[in-house]
Amino acid sequence: MRRAVVTGLGVMSPVGNDATTFFDNLVAGRSGIGRHSRKFAEDPAPWLTAEVPAFSTEGFTKMRLGTLDRTTLLALLTARQAVADAKFVAADKDRAGVYWGTGLGGATTMEDSYRHYLGNATTARVKPTTVVMTMNNAATSEISLDFGFTGQTYTYSIACSSSAVAIGEALRAIRGGYCDCVIAGGADSLLTLGSLKAWQALQTLAREDKDHPDTSCRPFAADRSGFVLGEGAGAIVIEELDHARSRGATIYAELAGFGSTSDASHITKPSAPGQARAIAMALHDAGLAPLDIGYINAHGTATAVGDLVETEAIKSAFGETAKRVPISSTKALHGHLMGATGVVEFIVAIMAMQRGMIPPTAHLNTPDRACDLDYVPKVARAAHNINAVMSNSFAFGGNNAVLIATRMDQ
Amino acid sequence: MSTLETVREMLVDQFQLDPAIVTPEAGLEELKIDSLSAIEFMFLLEEKFNVNAPMERVDLKTVGDIAKEIDRLIAEQHGDKKSMEQSA
Repeated sequence: MRRAVVTGLGVMSPVGNDATTFFDNLVAGRSGIGRHSRKFAEDPAPWLTAEVPAFSTEGFTKMRLGTLDRTTLLALLTARQAVADAKFVAADKDRAGVYWGTGLGGATTMEDSYRHYLGNATTARVKPTTVVMTMNNAATSEISLDFGFTGQTYTYSIACSSSAVAIGEALRAIRGGYCDCVIAGGADSLLTLGSLKAWQALQTLAREDKDHPDTSCRPFAADRSGFVLGEGAGAIVIEELDHARSRGATIYAELAGFGSTSDASHITKPSAPGQARAIAMALHDAGLAPLDIGYINAHGTATAVGDLVETEAIKSAFGETAKRVPISSTKALHGHLMGATGVVEFIVAIMAMQRGMIPPTAHLNTPDRACDLDYVPKVARAAHNINAVMSNSFAFGGNNAVLIATRMDQ
Repeated sequence: MSTLETVREMLVDQFQLDPAIVTPEAGLEELKIDSLSAIEFMFLLEEKFNVNAPMERVDLKTVGDIAKEIDRLIAEQHGDKKSMEQSA
């Protein structure tokens, strides 16, 4: 069977705009969560978000910046990072693909464009590039254009598992012989007032800790109250093993397994059996047993029900081994990156294996008796000899996506 | 500042162009401005000059064509006098 390996990493996130800074900050427990920088006139109440810190847009004209949604800009810059990191050259661009995920696509542009028109009687026209800036495949296409990739370029919009599914599908495309190399990942930037209000109304957002807003997201803790909306992007370069070897690429890990299921039980409430099946499917796909997994990056959104159900699912799929696997949710620090969260957390898992260091579940001071696994609370843990890692993504809508990476001896 | 000067200045600013090549005769194609960017640029001009361009497509080939079209819209929608004040 054709095998797929990861040869490049790129991250734009609330805790760092490159993979190394990102991972180092997670290990150090530095939070990217805080008061939102933009004041909204209609609702100035402080909003808690996780924003990507300022970055350079050198090389983009004003017109270009004005016609790229922030989601696409983050996607493009992250893809460039991953490709630069891989020192990547596609041998045959017709066999080079883009597999990209996003939840809401060009959310900022959509809100700004429509608001400008609907609230303004003298304006007859909506910004002409609104359609191409907001369509969910905008980022996918801009990446394909940027690198001249002319193979399969697909967009996956599956809420919080968008980019995890994109990576899993890329794995299948490489195994199946449809592509030799792929830029895979995802991006989302939806920190608009309309979107924040919608999430608030759904009652899934974390209560702000007035004294320490940066600690408001507390996965698996007894005092958890939900997640913090974040923005960001993650990209990985995936190559067919011989493609990578023939050009002497540095290989981070093998993309070894993917499991994907649907709960078909409720539009928001997750279900342990559906998640457990996805975990078991990923293990089977990678040819591994629970004991082989040295670290799980949990979906861990810090909602009351979400963390409990994920804990049950891991117990169900791992059996007795569940208590022995270190698990952490890094969302406590980088926030919930929506369509980007799957790839960004898969990168955490790969780097944990590569560096021998597991980032903690931050702000887990008060354990929940019902969440009784090893969540690596508060402090990072050295763990050499990790040979396989897992990353869970469980989406609204009931889609469950689980990825596994294994150590690759060069 | 005349409409033409404003249009040229905005083209230079938006597309990072060398002012020397943004002449009234310069074609949008030779300035590497594609049709989608041209539509978006017209939208910026509508805001700048407070005019509404027609919904149907107008074929504008040069920098001078754009300035003329804006002047026509100003005259049509604000009357000549007001347009002189606005673009002064």
